[in-house]
Amino acid sequence: MTSLRIFFVGGLISFRALFSFLRPEIYIPSMLVAPIFQILLFVYIGRSAGLESDEFFVIGNAVQYAAIPCIFAMTFTIGGERFQKTLGYILVTPAPRLPLFLGRALPVIVNGFFVAAFSLVVGGLIVGIHVPPSSVAPLALATAICAFSCTGLGLLGAAFGLLMREQAVLANIMFGFLLIFTGANVPVSALPGWMQSVSNVLPFTHGIEAAREIADGAPLADVADLLGVEILIGVGFGTLGYVFIRSAERWSLSNATLDRA
Amino acid sequence: MAETTRPPWSRIARTLAVGFGLHLKMMTRSSFDGLLGVLWPLFFSTVAFLMFRAGAGGESLVFASFGAAVMGIWSSTSTSAGSAMQRERWHGTLELLVTAPVHFAAILLPVTVAMSALGLYSMTATLLISRFVFGVDLPFEQPFSFAVALVATVASIGAMGFLLAVSFVRYRTAWALGNLLEYPVWLIAGFLVPLTLLPGWVRPISWVLAPTWGVDAIREAASGGGPWPEIGLALGLGAVYLAIGVVVLETVLTGARRSGTVALA
Repeated sequence: MTSLRIFFVGGLISFRALFSFLRPEIYIPSMLVAPIFQILLFVYIGRSAGLESDEFFVIGNAVQYAAIPCIFAMTFTIGGERFQKTLGYILVTPAPRLPLFLGRALPVIVNGFFVAAFSLVVGGLIVGIHVPPSSVAPLALATAICAFSCTGLGLLGAAFGLLMREQAVLANIMFGFLLIFTGANVPVSALPGWMQSVSNVLPFTHGIEAAREIADGAPLADVADLLGVEILIGVGFGTLGYVFIRSAERWSLSNATLDRA
Repeated sequence: MAETTRPPWSRIARTLAVGFGLHLKMMTRSSFDGLLGVLWPLFFSTVAFLMFRAGAGGESLVFASFGAAVMGIWSSTSTSAGSAMQRERWHGTLELLVTAPVHFAAILLPVTVAMSALGLYSMTATLLISRFVFGVDLPFEQPFSFAVALVATVASIGAMGFLLAVSFVRYRTAWALGNLLEYPVWLIAGFLVPLTLLPGWVRPISWVLAPTWGVDAIREAASGGGPWPEIGLALGLGAVYLAIGVVVLETVLTGARRSGTVALA
């Protein structure tokens, strides 16, 4: 019961406390308007390059933009606590760590899903893509799975947050790599072989591919394998992040570097 | 004592030069402005190169290379200029700077020009990647014109940053507005997409943006065309931004002095 309370209530309180600065004047330009311009930028580059359809870029960029809320927010769960001088208090509590850290991920996933879904709908309306009504629910599911898997990667970024100060730089670099490698704008098959190998183990790659197939009318069953791999990648990064957080926590406690990193 | 005997133009020139050097040094030592300032536009230019290579290829890659190179100059400016005055406010130095015996515009302008000059790192990196990773055969037909076009582009984008900095001073969240302008200008100024592909109503907006003429001048100089009209337009628009910025700054500062709110927003 305590673990459930820490997971749900603690996660929500933590999100509200750490992201109190996300007022409408920041949230709207950063989370709702910026992804639309990213979509338009790549739609026009795609038209100029004669590469793929508008739908390809709307789906790729809308889903990939979930990286901003997911990676930045998860990375900030450590950096923000340090900034507010509360990291030490949290790490000396007897609270079980699994619900403590994973609970913080739940609101992040919800927000990431909302940002991606909003971008998909508004970007799609502006550019004028058509998605069959029967594809809407599966498309929403694929988007939510992508937000989940990217949050797993964000947990790994949060672990690095225990060891370094420049989490904003790290989060931006992770976003940039996802932009290049996940097939959001360049078909994975058109990337060099070594890049395809990297793409296959990153969040978004399989989810974006599944979302595009769904938008083209494929039933959910046909993309279940892609979504399954996307979930596994999210679980894999999340596990890696959690293990890394525990190791970094022990290391920072034993070396008294918690607030110095 | 020596300071007071200097002619006014000399004091302003010295303020501009020292401010530019000081802020450039500070920014190069910041991982956000320095390292990320180089990497961030590179991510986007790499994607653009991959897209053009997979698609149209050929001449479009040359077009994209020079445009992508200028993206970094705009990125360095747009993301930081909006919050330039806010940063001074956080540091507790804004009131001191406002009361300094030189016009505040002479203090703020070198900050935003230093931001755009920092983009030259990113520009160099982008051109090197374009040449050596993607094998784009970049022309440099008129090196002198190219250098002048580059200086004009940096100066005019710096002036645009100055206008942003003074326009956003009343907003605490100016950094979010500055970030927001990054993608639209990349698109509307024709960095990666020819303006003819954009809707007709967008073109007048492109014409009043100095980066549009700056990137055109760089392309013209590189390909051996006549870049001087574009250089003139970029510098002319930069001067207009500067004049508007000074007027806005005077208005804002006069109001803030009267109400005692220089340190507040």
